[in-house]
Amino acid sequence: MSEALLAPEAGTGATAPAPASGARQFWRRLRTQRAALVAAVVVALLVLVALAAPLLTAIEGQDPGTYHPDLIDSGRGGVPIGSFGGISAEHWLGVEPQTGRDLFARLVHGARVSLGVAFAATFVQVLIGVGVGIAAGLGNRLVDQVLSRATDVIVAMPLMVLSLALMAIVPSGFPRPVLVALVIGLVAWGSTAKIVRAQTITLKELDYVAAARLSGWSTWRIARRELLPGLAAPVITYAALLIPLNITVEAALSFLGVGVKPPTASWGQMLTSADVWYQAAPQYLLLPAGALFVTVLALTVLGDGIRTALDPRAASRLRIGTGQKREGRA
Amino acid sequence: MTGFSPGRTRLLRGMTGFSPGLTGLLHGMTGFLLRRAAGALVTLLAISVIIYAVFYIAPGDVAQITCGPRCSPAQVAQVSEQLRLDDPVYVRYRDFLQGIFAGRDYSTGTGTEHCAAPCLGLSYQSDQQVTQLILAKLPVTGSLALGAMVMWLILGVGTGVLSAWRRGRVTERVLTAVTLAGTATPVFVIGLLLMIVACGQLNWLPFPQYVPFTDDPQQWAWNLLLPWLSLALIEAAKYARLTRASMLETLADDHVRTFRAYGVGERSIIGKHALRGAFAPVIALSANDFGSMFGGAVLSETLFGLPGMGRELVHAVKVVDLPVVVGMVLVTGFFVVLANAVADVLYAVADRRVVLS
Repeated sequence: MSEALLAPEAGTGATAPAPASGARQFWRRLRTQRAALVAAVVVALLVLVALAAPLLTAIEGQDPGTYHPDLIDSGRGGVPIGSFGGISAEHWLGVEPQTGRDLFARLVHGARVSLGVAFAATFVQVLIGVGVGIAAGLGNRLVDQVLSRATDVIVAMPLMVLSLALMAIVPSGFPRPVLVALVIGLVAWGSTAKIVRAQTITLKELDYVAAARLSGWSTWRIARRELLPGLAAPVITYAALLIPLNITVEAALSFLGVGVKPPTASWGQMLTSADVWYQAAPQYLLLPAGALFVTVLALTVLGDGIRTALDPRAASRLRIGTGQKREGRA
Repeated sequence: MTGFSPGRTRLLRGMTGFSPGLTGLLHGMTGFLLRRAAGALVTLLAISVIIYAVFYIAPGDVAQITCGPRCSPAQVAQVSEQLRLDDPVYVRYRDFLQGIFAGRDYSTGTGTEHCAAPCLGLSYQSDQQVTQLILAKLPVTGSLALGAMVMWLILGVGTGVLSAWRRGRVTERVLTAVTLAGTATPVFVIGLLLMIVACGQLNWLPFPQYVPFTDDPQQWAWNLLLPWLSLALIEAAKYARLTRASMLETLADDHVRTFRAYGVGERSIIGKHALRGAFAPVIALSANDFGSMFGGAVLSETLFGLPGMGRELVHAVKVVDLPVVVGMVLVTGFFVVLANAVADVLYAVADRRVVLS
């Protein structure tokens, strides 16, 4: 073993992706994919809309919670008055049947819930997944056995069923969007942990990690300084593909009536009763459906692009799904 | 190869294909099956412990919810005693396990009710046996999952073959875009739109209603066609990608190049040799997805109003009927674990290069 290898700094640069040039390379590769770029712009716009939701509704002069009984025809079961579901200068996209709440306001506030919950849930998943994965990969046989078995168990649980079931036992006072994000995060970290464990075991055998261990670094320091940079690429890739999945899970839970509760606006929850109104107010169905479709599609395409940019070889070899169970959408 | 027992050598030969007979494979298979079954059992036990812990320790006031908001404290206490909510958790878990493996008796006030072997308890709401409840719903969810699987296999593998055959051409790009759109659409969106168009506007199909297969097979299929199609459209994308990727991998293999050099036609190469490469992964993934369907059909059952396990679970969650929730989670977990084991076995049988471990 040479002196250079024993010096941790020199060892790191050799095999781990160096952050600066790696990031530049990533951008260069991402830029060459037109679809991913378009998707990135769409995602950026959606995030902007979600962040600026109160501003946008203020410009329109409406808010998502106010009922407008004067705008719906109670004689005909609550159909919005006026053509095209009550579209007017005051209500840009019309009003909700039965309540008369402003649809534009509910749609943009729905984006907040959708994206906010999905990002938060992904954060929780990645946090637990990386923690468990590294611990299993670096720990001794017993630790690995226990954690791997726990991961197997959590992977074997149907995502939708467990999230639904967990919703049953939480006190109703808990803020719902936070709860939804937490439940999704706590239920679906298994596949992240599996990927991280496998990658940790691979990295552990590499010379620069062995060198760090030989120079007496603590396990914690090795995990932080030597493993995390090497784990960044697969974890980012996987997280990017988890986000659209989490959006559909949140929408699904809210659609079933156990996710985000009214009066908070959520796209999934808007769809719950939309089928009854599709003739009188088709946009009440089409707007949240379209918003979900565009958001999930853009995030999926962007995720694919990020994967290609981070690992061009894997992407050209196999273009399969994330491998995570997708029953959340079934 | 010194140090190997004869059995082990036979296993190796069976798997590497030097001895094409099934005996060698089966020999290794028995041990593999036993190990797999033991692993599945441990996983299920772990699931039951976790589920039990999560659901019976955490909740606030099951008795109050079961009794209803107008109950007096005395009535709540009575319900609590009847449901044995005051017993220590480990006693209740032991009884729960005993119910699953040996059955147990419940006092119903007027007498005792025997709940036979795979007993998952009694519903807090209806006093019905959870096992009976689930068994009654199973055919609906099973029908949904089975038909959907057949359809996603036809749609997905068909699309995959087509795009592998037409690789690099417009057809492939269009198919890729369509399947991507399928992946990005939640089933309740596709199902909702299909239902409105096909049932509401065009009157092509009936609004789905469950008709038991034994009553009228034709009506059974006709009513379930729309749910099957919605589920298949979502899942097909995954199968198309998998089929295409496996086929392209096989197409790049040396033996395919040899076939080409011998003048074997493209159609035969695609249809026979490349498709064979996709067989094992597709079968394995199907088995997995079929298992997940038992839990995953929640959305389609709710949307189409089919009285299956998923809809029952949603109802049980809303009224906090814990025995039903726990039973449902265990049963779906059982199907997933079983399906994973079946998938592994099928994979090993279909692709003998796989080492059984």
